Amino acid sequence: MSEELQLHLNRREFFSYLSVGWITFTAACAGMASLAFRFSYPNVNFEPEMEFLAGKTSDYEEGVDERWKNGFGVWMVKVEGKLFALSNICTHLGCIPNWLPAELKFKCPCHGSGYYMTGVNFEGPAPRPLERYAISITTEGLIKVDKTKIYRSEKGQWDHPSSFIPV
Amino acid sequence: MKEIINWMAEPIRSFPTFAILFFLMLKHYKTVGTKKFAYISLAVFFPAICWFCADPNFIKIILWPDNIPINILIITITFFTWLTLYKCAENDNRIEAGQLPLEALPENREKVWSWPNLVYTELFMIIACTIFLIVWAIIFKAPLEEPANPTWAPNPAKAPWYFLGLQEMLVYFDPWMAGVVLPVIILVGLILIPYIDTNPKGNGYYTFAERKMAITGFMFGWLVLWIYLIIVGTFLRGPNWTFYGPFEFWDFHKVEPMYNVNLSEYFWIKIFNTPMPTSLILREIPGIIITVIYLLMIPPIIGATKFGKKIIEKSGQIRFYIFVMLVLGMTSLPIKMILRWLFDLKYIIALPEWELNL
Ligand code: FES
Repeated sequence: MSEELQLHLNRREFFSYLSVGWITFTAACAGMASLAFRFSYPNVNFEPEMEFLAGKTSDYEEGVDERWKNGFGVWMVKVEGKLFALSNICTHLGCIPNWLPAELKFKCPCHGSGYYMTGVNFEGPAPRPLERYAISITTEGLIKVDKTKIYRSEKGQWDHPSSFIPV
Repeated sequence: MKEIINWMAEPIRSFPTFAILFFLMLKHYKTVGTKKFAYISLAVFFPAICWFCADPNFIKIILWPDNIPINILIITITFFTWLTLYKCAENDNRIEAGQLPLEALPENREKVWSWPNLVYTELFMIIACTIFLIVWAIIFKAPLEEPANPTWAPNPAKAPWYFLGLQEMLVYFDPWMAGVVLPVIILVGLILIPYIDTNPKGNGYYTFAERKMAITGFMFGWLVLWIYLIIVGTFLRGPNWTFYGPFEFWDFHKVEPMYNVNLSEYFWIKIFNTPMPTSLILREIPGIIITVIYLLMIPPIIGATKFGKKIIEKSGQIRFYIFVMLVLGMTSLPIKMILRWLFDLKYIIALPEWELNL
């Protein structure tokens, strides 16, 4: 009888040990996995914001304005009676072109694509013009640039009313 | 003199020069592959290179830390190419005279144990390479640059040295082609070589005369396309990825007048003087036709020639067509480069609406 009890207890002990061990193991694994998951995200996020206010239309002179380029990756271009927000991502392989004021063109440092002030590609391997972002005027009269909406010239989207502000 | 070299180095002139030199080298491999030739060219090139290095712009590119591997690569590749030709010439002369190739002589067929012969050599090489890399890392320090910024790129933005050939290829192609399709073709093609090439000649010994076509084809892709592009991408591309001669100062404002046009624009606007058709397929039809002809017509045409028939007979239809398609993939690169230089052609098929450009 006592031996039987002993056996019985042993088995119960075994299962309780097993479950404690198993739970610990799972918890450790989950902890490691969550640490690894956390590790794959940056501690500080320098991603430019997708929406920003860009001052008044009167702030901009004719031509290319670079003030939002470093913070938000956008050139404000005022040309031919239109003000629009030009993306600074090369349509070839996604490098960041430079604005060359003397030559009046954007030039990509990676494979040498060139774009006119309007964003239209004319030299190098870029297959299509730079993209434009949605731009609108808020009720306070400020310009709002929304980078989540993209207008592509080759799809005929540059005539869309929210792709530019008439000035 | 420096002006002439700068002028000659421009891809439109240096690429054909390089290709011609390559074919001359293979044609006269028995002259090139002699010790005398090696000593004479060393005697000629050593002072020339010293004179090159006296130029401040040249030495600056050469000693730029990122470019050191390319210098090592140029030296080793020159040496090994010569060594191959030397051994080939030696064996071919023997075979012509009715003797066995050197490697087949009894004293060269002797076998040794891998332990200790091979293992000791390997151990020694591991230590030597480690020392070399450490010394190199101490002499040429990796620069510490500003934190990464997604809205700014260095100018010129250069890939690591082993990718510079690919980056230079991207100048002529859409990223899909030069970044995905062509590298895959290169890799698959290299893997397929032993399955396509079933010719037993040249197994285990050096020879050129018995494997002319195979060696020429492979070395063309390796030296003229890959290595040449790496050299251009490394030494001759400056700010804005503009071309700069080896003695030219990297002036940020050098402008190269360039205006690239798609084949469809040539076809509809320049030749027919009509506006571009709105239907995409109709717009790109000339390019599509040319591509289809290139890919589907050329293989049977080659297959019908005497040369093609010989290969089909030797290795079979399937091997022949795979081989021709791989070669066509390889030749598409020089074709596209030459079209860009001569006609400012951008894309043969340009369908940016579908992210598809050829
Ligand atoms: S990424 Fe701009 S030219 Fe290739």
